[in-house]
Amino acid sequence: MIRPLSRPRRKNPLLRTRQPLLPPGGRSRAALGLTAAAALGRFELQACAECNAVQYPPREVCHRCLSGTLRWRPQSGLGELLSETLVQASHDPYFRERLPWRLGLVRLDVGPTLVVHLHGGCAPAPSRVRVGARLDKSGQGVLLAFPLEEVPNMADDPELHEMTCDPRFRKALVTDSRTPLGQAMVRALIDAGADLVWAAHAEPWKQAPGFADLLALPQVAPVPLDVTESRSVKEAAAEIGGKVDILINTAEVHRAHGIASRSGIESARAEMDVNYFGLLRLAQEFGPVMRARGADGVASATAWVNILSIYALANFPPHGTFSASKAAALSLSQCLRAEMRPGGIRVINAFPGPIDDEWNQTLPPPKLAPAALAKAVIQALKDGIEDVYPGDVAEEWLARYRESPKTLERELSP
Amino acid sequence: MAKTRARAGRRKAAERAGGQAVRRKTRHGGARRLREAVVTAPITVPYVRYSIRNAHFFVGRALAALLEQSRLDKSDIDGLSVGSFTLSPDTAIGLTQHLGVTVRWLDHVPLGGACGIVALRRARRAVEAGDAEVVACIGADTNHVDSFRQSLASFSVFARDAVFPYGSGGPNASFAFLTSHYMRSFGATREDFAKICIAQRENALSYPHALFKKRLTLEEYLSARPIADPIRLFDCVMPCAGAEGFLVMTRERARSLGLPFARVRATCERHNAFPEDPIQMRGGWVLDRERLYGEAGVEPRDIDFVETYDDYPVMSLIQLEDLGFCVKGEGPEFVRRHTFTTDGSFPLNTSGGQLSVGQAGCAAGFLGLVEAIRQLTGQNLARAVPEARIGLAVGFGMITYDRGLCSGAAVLGRADA
Repeated sequence: MIRPLSRPRRKNPLLRTRQPLLPPGGRSRAALGLTAAAALGRFELQACAECNAVQYPPREVCHRCLSGTLRWRPQSGLGELLSETLVQASHDPYFRERLPWRLGLVRLDVGPTLVVHLHGGCAPAPSRVRVGARLDKSGQGVLLAFPLEEVPNMADDPELHEMTCDPRFRKALVTDSRTPLGQAMVRALIDAGADLVWAAHAEPWKQAPGFADLLALPQVAPVPLDVTESRSVKEAAAEIGGKVDILINTAEVHRAHGIASRSGIESARAEMDVNYFGLLRLAQEFGPVMRARGADGVASATAWVNILSIYALANFPPHGTFSASKAAALSLSQCLRAEMRPGGIRVINAFPGPIDDEWNQTLPPPKLAPAALAKAVIQALKDGIEDVYPGDVAEEWLARYRESPKTLERELSP
Repeated sequence: MAKTRARAGRRKAAERAGGQAVRRKTRHGGARRLREAVVTAPITVPYVRYSIRNAHFFVGRALAALLEQSRLDKSDIDGLSVGSFTLSPDTAIGLTQHLGVTVRWLDHVPLGGACGIVALRRARRAVEAGDAEVVACIGADTNHVDSFRQSLASFSVFARDAVFPYGSGGPNASFAFLTSHYMRSFGATREDFAKICIAQRENALSYPHALFKKRLTLEEYLSARPIADPIRLFDCVMPCAGAEGFLVMTRERARSLGLPFARVRATCERHNAFPEDPIQMRGGWVLDRERLYGEAGVEPRDIDFVETYDDYPVMSLIQLEDLGFCVKGEGPEFVRRHTFTTDGSFPLNTSGGQLSVGQAGCAAGFLGLVEAIRQLTGQNLARAVPEARIGLAVGFGMITYDRGLCSGAAVLGRADA
């Protein structure tokens, strides 16, 4: 039986905010493969390239045949819960604050025995379970055993909830809510149970279609915010920064130009000003205060989402300057991720292919509907993953990029 | 006592077996002199819960105690074996300069609960082979206020990657898995474990170095603070600082020095036994007990007392099963049949074991062995086991991931046994 999450009581502003702590985050290089897969929402273990033996804990050589070639392979995670315990005393400050903590010992069907975090819905040992990988608050991959069947209030298990960024009962800021994507994002957050969504808009005098309807929703509050103006960002952060649990940066300028198709750098500068410097301004004002609220109760600050582009991985010359601005933002997001980690704040990057909007008018389908992108972002929050590649185009580019970045570069050249 | 005559018979049989072992060695060793290594000079550097001293202090004081007890000079020690977790960045070699000893045989055995057995095993071979005359074997560790938490974090790569991030219960959580599984599989109850803990506390009341000096009641045991279900406070050992040690030398040397000694009838060690077992319900003793008892010329029923590696009471049951005192799964029944007090039907951990004395890191791997030597040489500090001739000391240790990897055991005999 999982107790459903209940709406947190209004915070008493006189009480001290609990400081964020992290579970132990040290890992060997071999073990970081678990983290790399978990960041994408996958559960992978090393398998020997020669004898196929599945390994755990992660190793440098195969425990059976001593081969030096171990590859990370997706796993079903099916296995038997052999034993369990409820930890009621811990030396670690993070766990001490969260006791009791249920742990299990699982024998995977493919061989190894795993120490796992144990979801409250799992039947007592011995029982069948499915092990998955998640990122914990330290941002490192850990194993969590789930019941085979969905149980009521599955997502509300306290151990799982620590590893996800569920929008329920949380307050979110969408940094540009006028665009079709921004509006879809606001609605998706409300559907996911967000308490309050700040719908930011840069130019209040401009009427964007649909925006008035959005503001009529009871959970939505408008907030003026122009990410190209440092003062505007500072003012917004001063007003709401201490309450934002999830920040979704949808602010974007997108012009369909390469280098020679345009003279001068004005449109490229506008792209950088929003797509790169906008992120930097937001991160400087909102980042530190969010990071300080990483353990502020069940509705603590939890995630920062950047809507990047699959073009951040490899330049798409017809949209060359846009691609470059997104590549810059990707690089900065990695810096942001490192700086947010001490607060346990997850930085999620979405890498969509072309969105079905006016700036991709000339591109053929498939194009990603704004609502589909919003849905993928919500799912990423619920799963607590770091990188999401929504849509067929993004997945294909990713597959090509993984196989050979150089080949993809040539393929993208007209 | 009717038992005495049977014992005398078995003793003769054992001597024959032991004698054969030594003769066989000479045959293979060609012209080498017949040497039998024995253990002597059991010492303890008194335990403290926390110390501001480093491990070097405890090793050094242990060596001083060995010299004092044996009346040897430092220059007589030509072999050194050290087990310690908290020497870092030093190992045994750094200690030679630190302690000002010059040796021709040196061993570093950081094997936790197995380091005493392994140290003895290797030192004995060294002395019998003539590589050393007198080996000082020392297990020592310090314990600063935060050193236990830190040692959990850096204990092993597997622990750092796959245990420490999971609640940091350290060994408590690992043994909670084993205890829970054992209880479910074999019907052991909390009362069974209580009986062992309470009996050992009873034994500890007469042992001056025990950190726990108060009698333990069933009620106190059952209602103690929960640690990791089903483990509660009195199932756990208390980390502390201290040292244990002994000397290994030839029988002739011990005689000439007038030192009471015990004979090493047989030893065994095994590492990473049964890696395919999904969960640890047995250790390497299962593979080695036949050879161990054969070499010692004894059977389990000849053994007068046992010193298990009792880091958690479930491990004592597993060791008693694996070493042939009862069959696998009958541990609970065995517990219900015996008293485990020194004056009772199956003297177990006669100084109180780690559960009552404390766990001074690697010294815990020496604790049972040192107590066995004391009992067999009439130097007992705790109450004496009546007519003790044969003692068994068990080693177990190094949970680098989900199970203890090292297992070992030593059968010791009185000088005349």
